[in-house]
Amino acid sequence: MSKIGVFVCHCGENISATVDCEKVAEEASKITGVEVSVDYKYMCSDPGQTMIKEAIKEKGLTGVVVAACSPRMHEPTFRKACSEAGLNPYMCEMTNLREHCSWVHEKGDQTTEKAIDLVRMLVEKTKLNKPLNSIKVPIHKKALVIGGGIAGIQSSLDIANAGHQVILVEKDPSIGGHMSQLSETFPTLDCSQCILTPRMVEVAQHPNITLYTYAELEKLEGFIGNFKATIRLKAKSVDPKLCTGCGVCYSKCPTKKIPSEFNEGLGLRTAIYTPFPQAVPNKPVIDKTNCTYYTKGKCKVCQKVCPTGAIDFDRPDEFITEDIGAVVTATGFNVLKPNFFPEYGYGKYKDVITGLQFERLASASGPTLGAIRRPSDGTEPKKIVFIACAGSRDPAKGLPYCSKICCMYTAKHAMLYQHKVHDGESYVFYMDIRAAGKNYEEFVRRAIEDDGVNYVRGRVARVYEKDGKLIVKGVDTLLGGKPVEIEADMVVLASAGVASHGAEELAQKMHISYDPYKFFAEAHPKLKPVETNTAGIFLCGACQAPKDIPETVGMASGAAAKVIGLFSNSELTREPVVAVVNRIASHEVSTCVGCFLCETACPYQAIVHEEIKNRAGEVIKTVAQVNPGLCQGCGTCVSFCRSKSIDIQGFSNEQMYAEVMAVLEA
Amino acid sequence: MEIGFYPGCSLKGTSSEYAQSTLALAKAFDINLKEITDWNCCGATAAHNLNHELAMALPARVLALAEKDGMTEIVVPCAACYNRLTVTQHELNQSEELRDKISEVLQMPLSGNLQILNVMQFIDKYITNRIEEKVVKPFEHKVVCYYGCLLVRPQDILKFDRLEDPQSMDTLMKKIGADSMDWGYKTECCGAGFSVSRTDIVAKLSGKIVKDASDRGAEAIIVACPMCQSNLDMRRPQINSYLQMNIKTPVMYITQAMGLAVGLSKEEVGLKKLFVAPTFA
Repeated sequence: MSKIGVFVCHCGENISATVDCEKVAEEASKITGVEVSVDYKYMCSDPGQTMIKEAIKEKGLTGVVVAACSPRMHEPTFRKACSEAGLNPYMCEMTNLREHCSWVHEKGDQTTEKAIDLVRMLVEKTKLNKPLNSIKVPIHKKALVIGGGIAGIQSSLDIANAGHQVILVEKDPSIGGHMSQLSETFPTLDCSQCILTPRMVEVAQHPNITLYTYAELEKLEGFIGNFKATIRLKAKSVDPKLCTGCGVCYSKCPTKKIPSEFNEGLGLRTAIYTPFPQAVPNKPVIDKTNCTYYTKGKCKVCQKVCPTGAIDFDRPDEFITEDIGAVVTATGFNVLKPNFFPEYGYGKYKDVITGLQFERLASASGPTLGAIRRPSDGTEPKKIVFIACAGSRDPAKGLPYCSKICCMYTAKHAMLYQHKVHDGESYVFYMDIRAAGKNYEEFVRRAIEDDGVNYVRGRVARVYEKDGKLIVKGVDTLLGGKPVEIEADMVVLASAGVASHGAEELAQKMHISYDPYKFFAEAHPKLKPVETNTAGIFLCGACQAPKDIPETVGMASGAAAKVIGLFSNSELTREPVVAVVNRIASHEVSTCVGCFLCETACPYQAIVHEEIKNRAGEVIKTVAQVNPGLCQGCGTCVSFCRSKSIDIQGFSNEQMYAEVMAVLEA
Repeated sequence: MEIGFYPGCSLKGTSSEYAQSTLALAKAFDINLKEITDWNCCGATAAHNLNHELAMALPARVLALAEKDGMTEIVVPCAACYNRLTVTQHELNQSEELRDKISEVLQMPLSGNLQILNVMQFIDKYITNRIEEKVVKPFEHKVVCYYGCLLVRPQDILKFDRLEDPQSMDTLMKKIGADSMDWGYKTECCGAGFSVSRTDIVAKLSGKIVKDASDRGAEAIIVACPMCQSNLDMRRPQINSYLQMNIKTPVMYITQAMGLAVGLSKEEVGLKKLFVAPTFA
């Protein structure tokens, strides 16, 4: 005979404001099998938990129902309390009176009635609960980091320095990401490459890090602690073992006019190339879409000049498979590109450029060696306009969010411009100046007060070209909405940060969720910022939302800490809420007929074939079995099974029916 | 081939040359534009500022009449009419309640399935595929295309062309040999309804448009809206006096330019009706 304890929580006033908690407890006490039923203001508090523990000991309870908030938050709390009092933790259940009842209904008898029904259901279910034991699974202590920007670099180094193996995968020929493209960094104006390149080298030389550049994640299977990652190593057409990085090949390559991705199209590169001189690894790859040999079938100049015979045109893409325990996603972001700003003429006028292009102009490693020059004619712009929020905070364009970094980098751009062009005039059109960060506000003030950048609060309506000048038509809202017109030599758009190309596809490969703008979703916006909803997959940096370098690095270390924490256990404990085949009957009399419909239904490849043998060792039957390590307890197999041979532990058909009947009979 | 035609008031009055050239151009491509029987006012500015139901009912009656005539597609050259008819059909299709109510007021059924085409959409759909073979006199002039406000707005409903930098007219003009230039005033305001009450404002706003066109050496400003046309053309004396200049750039309907290119005469496209006469045609 079951002895169930019901504990009704007021949740301060969250539940008791609309639900009569005392009445719920009173009604629950009348249910057959309920030994004790009480209500309390904060059941999760220490006195509340003690109340439960004492009831278990004194009354010899066989099951506990806590009627409180969402089990997402406090199920572990109450299960732990029960376990401390000697009850199997899986004999404790929670019913959600808060999100499912009090928060969504008005105060009244009906609301209380519903609360009573919810309790009744769980009591009937709990009567059928069986003690369960958590599942232990081993962990492969090797991490996969996807993306070799500053986020991926930081995360890899932190994990590797903790003594664990890391595989770092970067889709481009070099690591470094967007940070390697930047000129100086706010708010200190230290050179981006100077602080980044040592880290890049450290990654390449670290004994615990295996670096795969020009590679992409092809497939990810498995689960936390036990992933299997297939990585595509795109054919570089250059054997990295033979290549010495001497550079003869790219100096002789006849295809020289390909817009350089690293220079954001402001410079040119060859078909065989390293993205930039400080690239890691500093060995070239052949861009097959532009190489004359691949497109027209002849050339092979690079092969002829290569002193070590490293060029190999016929090498196909390779695939490698790695067993890993955790994944850190650090795939970064992109900036909005042409056709998004018809009113600003981006793509139509050469001297309307993006902020990232300005970084290349201002960078010592850029196409102009750091001199600010107009892309159209190479002259020095004497009047320059920066347009903040180009795309960001613009619901009409479908991007209602703030890109967060633009206020700061625009101030930096204007400042760098003033430092380099002393007789130049710069204007920044802005909506608000969002300079929240250590020394950020001071930095913007410096741009305005010391460097004389003209800040105009207002939007720009249009940019058009007339007589070689870019006419910027905007409004000054601080002057009572007065229209302003500036004849500029160059316009820089602080274009919105958007999700990285292929982010959606990657998220689907890894089964992690993403927001409407294709940024990856964290598990909890406040308390789980580096976790995803898929256990064992973490994220950091701008793949989650646009963010600056300090925040990215902090987040990357946070994600690394999570991975290191995970790897500090020898094995992993998982909830035993998994499917089982015929858990009561023995295998010989299993009702499973071996149709394996469950196998086709299972999204996690958790169904395995089990051969039942007689004493002579002959196979008499093949039945389904569930690998508890892979099973996520989704229950799809249960609904597919024709002979009702599969059940979910803790959520059996029997228990579900008992819940339904409890409502119907009430 | 026959398609429905809704002229609206302007095309029967101040811009009869727009109607004339549209009909003539269609005819040159063996398309008969058939006027909707017993059509009425589209509601234009007045109604939708004063009474929402009336603003719906007026265009809705036009749509219902077209459906009654058995039309599945209608051409609406006037930008304001096009805007009102399209917005009305969209709103009625959004709300069954509203549609039933309006249908009751009209005492006519309304399916809401009519295809409403502006002149560019009409040309693009029925004429461009045959234009190259038909051009006998390429329109080899420097032009700027002026779209104004109503052709592309509200974007969510009209879903026509790019909001801030429309291209449809430019593309069509290039097809008949014109050098369609980039300029800064494609969608700036012409002063619209202030034409009568505050001509000084129109002179200022339209003045900027005309000046930019003239500065760039345009031989003609190409339009597809009767209101824009009359402000830039009929108000030229006021514009010139505001600018203290004497700008003689003519303002032509796209249908006139295309008509001339396919060999229609000046008279057939109603060129004489323009206040600022084109010197080249």
